[in-house]
Amino acid sequence: MHEMALCESLLDSLRDAARAHGFAKVTKVRLVVGPFAGVEVEALRFGFDVVMRGSLAEDARLEILDEPGTAWCFDCNETVGLPDRLSPCPACGGERLRPNGGTDMRIKDLEVM
Amino acid sequence: MVEIERGILAKNDAYAARNRTRLNAGGIVSLNLLAGPGAGKTTLLVETLRALGGRVPAAVIEGDQQTANDAERIRATGTPAVQINTGKGCHLDAHLVGHALDELPLPPGGVLFIENVGNLVCPAAFDLGEDMRVTLLSVTEGEDKPLKYPDIFETADLVLLTKTDLLPYLDVDVDAIERNIARINPVASILHVCAKGPNGLAGWLDWLGEVRRRRLDRLAADSESRAQALRAAAEALP
Repeated sequence: MHEMALCESLLDSLRDAARAHGFAKVTKVRLVVGPFAGVEVEALRFGFDVVMRGSLAEDARLEILDEPGTAWCFDCNETVGLPDRLSPCPACGGERLRPNGGTDMRIKDLEVM
Repeated sequence: MVEIERGILAKNDAYAARNRTRLNAGGIVSLNLLAGPGAGKTTLLVETLRALGGRVPAAVIEGDQQTANDAERIRATGTPAVQINTGKGCHLDAHLVGHALDELPLPPGGVLFIENVGNLVCPAAFDLGEDMRVTLLSVTEGEDKPLKYPDIFETADLVLLTKTDLLPYLDVDVDAIERNIARINPVASILHVCAKGPNGLAGWLDWLGEVRRRRLDRLAADSESRAQALRAAAEALP
């Protein structure tokens, strides 16, 4: 359950952005969470509501954007699309893969007042 | 609308970068040890420190939700240790480690072991500023743990299979464990260790020695090129 810690880190970033851009309230947060970012989206939503309570982002909407998963295939020696961590390589059927895309979790943008 | 484009863990990553700079400047080699509870992290550390016998300066940061038991076990070997209790937290973060570093002065060439909170999931996401990640999996934990908990294996430089002395008593397929690790992380080294009995740590101690030597060579080369640049700059003007 490190999603709680992620939300606390997110709140820190929102406060930094509020100082830098001079806004007082956040009404919407858009996050990009890749399939291999190690984040349980439902836990993140739960943590978001709890952590944002009483803050500048209380009642803000949370939108989570997908990002395609890709991996380096050690047999093809190239990057391939990978829908699921345990899927084989769609090109060669090999299983020696290491994710190199969709591993990110980042704040895309905010709607503020 | 305000564009941010910043990692959610940007703050942790900034602290991690600070720790890394500080450790590199001090010539310290650092390892982040990750595993589920009971895989044998502390026992491995205790026996490793005994084997090093003070010939390599070492220090340990212990992460647990509660108790100072592990730091006490480490200190009993004569090695300085700081216990971090994370309370409700399920992982160490770079900020906590930065504070612990303040209490653990190490000379150049020292090795810092960071024993993360026993947890096969959360610690994987948090860079602490370490040089190397070592994930432990005991042979009693089953063949498919790397497939069930890929993140912690995916980021490892080395995977240690621990408690291999129990293999004669278990119906476990070691080749299957290794295949599953390689499937999640084709570039990780895999070594077998057993903290009891003679020579059970030999491969691990060799790996550790090699990593330390390579790391220190690299830091020394960086310092030399910096010294050359400074000398050249000093001579550029009369």
